[in-house]
Amino acid sequence: MSTHSLQLINQLQKRAKEFRKKIIEMIYIAQSGHPGGSLSAIDIITVLYFHHMRIDPSNPLWEDRDRFILSKGHSVPALYVVLAELGYFPEKELYSLRNINSILQGHPDMRKTPGVEMSTGSLGHGLSVGVGIAISGKLKKKDFYVYVLLGDGELDEGSVWEAAISANKYSLDNLIAICDFNKVQLDGPVDEIMPLNPLRQKWEAFGWNTIEIDGHNILEIANALDFAKEKRKGPTIIIAHTIKGKGVSYMEGKFQWHGGAPNQKQYELALKELEGEK
Amino acid sequence: MKKSVAIRDAYGDALVQLGKNNRKVVVLDADVSHATRTNKFAQEFPDRFFNFGVAEQNMMGVAAGLAIEGWIPFVNTFSFLACLRAGDQLRTSIAYPKLNVKIAAHHGGLSNFSDGVTHQSIFDLALVRSIPNMTVIVVADAYETKKAVQAIAEWKGPVFLRLSKAEVPLIFDEDHEFIIGKGNLLKEGTDITIVCTGVMVSRSMEAAERLEKQGINSRVIEIHTLKPIDKDIILNAAKETKAIVTVEEHSIYGGLGGAVAELLSREHPVPLEIVGIQDTFAESARSYDELLDKYALGISDIVEAVNRAVQRKNHFN
Ligand SMILES: Cc1ncc(C[n+]2csc(CCOP(=O)(O)OP(=O)(O)O)c2C)c(N)n1
Repeated sequence: MSTHSLQLINQLQKRAKEFRKKIIEMIYIAQSGHPGGSLSAIDIITVLYFHHMRIDPSNPLWEDRDRFILSKGHSVPALYVVLAELGYFPEKELYSLRNINSILQGHPDMRKTPGVEMSTGSLGHGLSVGVGIAISGKLKKKDFYVYVLLGDGELDEGSVWEAAISANKYSLDNLIAICDFNKVQLDGPVDEIMPLNPLRQKWEAFGWNTIEIDGHNILEIANALDFAKEKRKGPTIIIAHTIKGKGVSYMEGKFQWHGGAPNQKQYELALKELEGEK
Repeated sequence: MKKSVAIRDAYGDALVQLGKNNRKVVVLDADVSHATRTNKFAQEFPDRFFNFGVAEQNMMGVAAGLAIEGWIPFVNTFSFLACLRAGDQLRTSIAYPKLNVKIAAHHGGLSNFSDGVTHQSIFDLALVRSIPNMTVIVVADAYETKKAVQAIAEWKGPVFLRLSKAEVPLIFDEDHEFIIGKGNLLKEGTDITIVCTGVMVSRSMEAAERLEKQGINSRVIEIHTLKPIDKDIILNAAKETKAIVTVEEHSIYGGLGGAVAELLSREHPVPLEIVGIQDTFAESARSYDELLDKYALGISDIVEAVNRAVQRKNHFN
């Protein structure tokens, strides 16, 4: 069923590889940030912005644009690198991350950063906001989509599930959630800290369409986004199986790299690995 | 420069000590045990440690249940989450029925300087101070943290203990006497009184030193218990020095400044200046000091406020 050319897939892969390096560089320079969840989410965000979403970087507030809400706001380096590449703000700003007076805050700030749709950082808020924007889309008879990226740890928050039942009530087929299911939260593995399984059945029981994919496979991400937009009733969630810290061997699967900056040696090693990564 | 120790490290150690001495103490966390340092307690007493994941409201409610059953729950999360996200549970399930829950409110003020606005807690004190039955404590250094943990475990009823992520210069020592509701005189003085709390105590002491050089002799009082506040020490200072400046890592609304203003306006009005964050959100920064300075919490801000208050006092006399 795929209409995605090999060329497109290769090109997106290349972009994601460059983004991974920049994410590490930014966090290294700022000496703080959240590498783990940024690296697990970057493939998804890359496909959304460079292939899937209807956007116009020269007109960030265009009424008909698709909206992306980074509900797991701590992964914002992964959003900043994409927005900079698209020209929402100058590339050099990336290296002012978390600096005083910077337009790039430690967590997304819709009033400071062009292209950021919603201020987030306290977990469990983004899906509700997405429901609001999706309802507005219906009221205004607009055909834009609303995408919300959630963390798996974030799903512990009851408010996510309050948003979920309301999205079902209002049959929001213009709302697409993506769960970055990297199996690790801040304190440790999801299975230990707060088990979520059976995750897919939970969302199904809440009336959502569901699809499970490999969240690092560009083709699967692209296909899943198409699936979510095929005419169907109600909201859809893409459960994307990912690896926290993906691409940097010593970070992969490690809760210790949820938050924290690499030192110089670790930084150089990370860049070397990411350079070699296919 | 005095040695600095992270308040959260002192808290983590104090909690382990408390766990050894008091078997009724149980510790709850919401997926931030590495940040709050409750991971030490978790290691030592796995049976009395509960991690509820990223779900602060549930954790707060569970603490109420445990308290009803006679346990002494220490609930741990970031301060803004304790009083905002789980604020209704705090009010309805804990403060209203006066349950014996200790809320350890982490990363108070701007101490999480790098994560930015969403992770900073700059109006937490105003919120919890206005809830009936709450005892509100803000610690100033590692020694005080240790003493406070012990004291609140023995105190009956809900307590909000505001902690900090920051490494803070030591003010007290092993012999520090910590009594809930009692302020501490840190420096004698006759021209004015600086009433300060938390992380701002060390900056206030530095300001007082600078002021001496200018010829202003200021008294410095540390208030760790914002509620119930030590009325006597503040009213005496108002009567004797005839002007007061409050200093806190918090909004100028409703915190220590608010508490002192409420007291003075009722009992003994004198010129009062409130040093704090000016009704604004802050931002991310790469250094804590830089952020404090930008948001009106610099030593020079204290010095200027003292000068204003002294001028007003002289104008009155
Ligand atoms: C409401 C709230 N509670 C706690 C935190 C602190 N915190 C930041 S990230 C995080 C873990 C999130 O885990 P997950 O959603 O799985 O993120 P990912 O692994 O994708 O980075 C926690 C507890 C927060 N930001 N907001």
